[in-house]
Amino acid sequence: MHLRLLAVLLVLSFGVVACGGGSEPPAQAPATQEPAAAPAVDPATAATVSGKITLEGTPPANAPIRMNADPACVAANKGQNPTQETYVSEGGGLGNVFVYVQSGLNGTFPAPTTPIVFDQQACRYHPHVFGVQVGQPVEILNSDSTLHNIHATPKTNAEFNTAQPIKGMKTTHTFTAKEADVVVPFKCDVHGWMNAYAGVLDHPYFAVSKPDGSFSIPNLPPGSYTLGAWHEKSGTQTLQVTVAAKESKTDANFTFKVAAGAN
Amino acid sequence: MWLHRYAKFVSAATVLLIVAGGLVTSTGSGLAVPDWPTSYGWNMFTFPMKHMVGGIFYEHGHRLIASGVGFLTIILAAWLWKAESRRWMRMLGLIALGAVCLQGLLGGITVLYFLPTAISTAHAGLAQIFFCLTVAISLFTSRGWTAPAHDPVDDRALRTVATATTAFIYLQIIVGATMRHSDAGLAIPDFPLIFGGILPPEWTPQIAVHFAHRVGALVVTLAIAATAGHVVYHHPERSELRRPALTLACLVLAQVTLGAFVIWSEKNVAINTAHVVVGALTLATSLVLTLRSHQVRFGRTALAAAGVRGTLTASEARA
Repeated sequence: MHLRLLAVLLVLSFGVVACGGGSEPPAQAPATQEPAAAPAVDPATAATVSGKITLEGTPPANAPIRMNADPACVAANKGQNPTQETYVSEGGGLGNVFVYVQSGLNGTFPAPTTPIVFDQQACRYHPHVFGVQVGQPVEILNSDSTLHNIHATPKTNAEFNTAQPIKGMKTTHTFTAKEADVVVPFKCDVHGWMNAYAGVLDHPYFAVSKPDGSFSIPNLPPGSYTLGAWHEKSGTQTLQVTVAAKESKTDANFTFKVAAGAN
Repeated sequence: MWLHRYAKFVSAATVLLIVAGGLVTSTGSGLAVPDWPTSYGWNMFTFPMKHMVGGIFYEHGHRLIASGVGFLTIILAAWLWKAESRRWMRMLGLIALGAVCLQGLLGGITVLYFLPTAISTAHAGLAQIFFCLTVAISLFTSRGWTAPAHDPVDDRALRTVATATTAFIYLQIIVGATMRHSDAGLAIPDFPLIFGGILPPEWTPQIAVHFAHRVGALVVTLAIAATAGHVVYHHPERSELRRPALTLACLVLAQVTLGAFVIWSEKNVAINTAHVVVGALTLATSLVLTLRSHQVRFGRTALAAAGVRGTLTASEARA
């Protein structure tokens, strides 16, 4: 009787630890394309806000990345000396700053059906910083010959952690709400150096600065707005701007300082 | 004696499992394998070794070692069931088996729910209980327990202080696990001072749990000093008490030193993991001392009847 009980426990224990799939997990199908949404603003009156993000002082050297933990990552970066993308700067500008309309917009804006492609290539995220609208698909792609997990840690939306063990695998994720902290961090728990950030908004008025610090937010309805500019280490700044119909405002500039202890 | 040796082997394997678990949290690899009980869709036992890279090495390795300890525990429980005449020992084997199964479930749940502090802390706390169960089984199956050479010490004060010490150590480990799983390990960044003073200038949940762990370290150190001092002063001739008491004193010194270096090294992986493991060894050593202080309460008659089949009873040994 007791031996039978033990046998049952043994089988149950084995089932708990061993049950599950067998061979290679199947790759998911790519997201289907849908017709483009109608524009939310009258093109005849649309304005543009552009400017430059300036980094005060000398940009610090980004931390080197040691990929020894995964031979596939080492092979994919052979002959290179990969570094973090914390401070991307050319000519005094600052790249990878997420600039967005923080307030001043009215109405709702249909989400684009064109997916944002978020790629894992050479054990790095591409892009490092991007924006996406609520309801817009994010197509997460594994271009590497190694396993990745995509672990997003939003505050408002649901946290997710997706496995992508096979090269070429695609997973589509859609954020369902505007993110309270604006930016959602992504990380790979397999490769601790991999991190990226997505600004999740309920409108399409955002941009990511280029390495020279330039950015442009087009197709903006005339009005007064508060712009936000977020950098992963140097924090967030705001700026008030007013644009008239068809105006192209070019002096929406921000100046960031290097964060204390950066790198 | 083979049962005793096997029980010690299971205890040693559990230490290895605690090392692996400590490495998972120290390297931040807890979610490197997003699914459970599968691993990236594979059956965990057929997961290709070539994919054991980065954080997967730690997380999947932890799962494999845990499975191994689970199977060892099944054998231990079955062996106890077959060989032990003490009913409570047979039950202890089943409790250990239940604990390791529950531990596996908690480990899976904490992965599937993105490492909630409560579940992860429960996982860490149950790990210590399981380790203590294997150590207790090792002790109860030893000749020193079933056929002691001397009458067990009957010292009420020792029982009290040793039991309290073991309880303090376990509570301290739970606080430490809470700190670890709420990412509060560096909430107070300096040591031995606290933000340059004695008390934190502001209080947040993370600072509070970190502060509690430091206060707990002081309480545990004093408790161990009291226990070890009592043993050395009152029972210096009793090696079965003196050895664990002195070991306990050494372990707590090592543990406080490691705790300081966790801060100074900003959570170096090796130091951080060693801090977890030495904490478990401190608890187990205190448990052994506590159980030996309670040995007399098991009763001579019970001891005589308690012999494992094929070994001497206490009375026979004394005859």
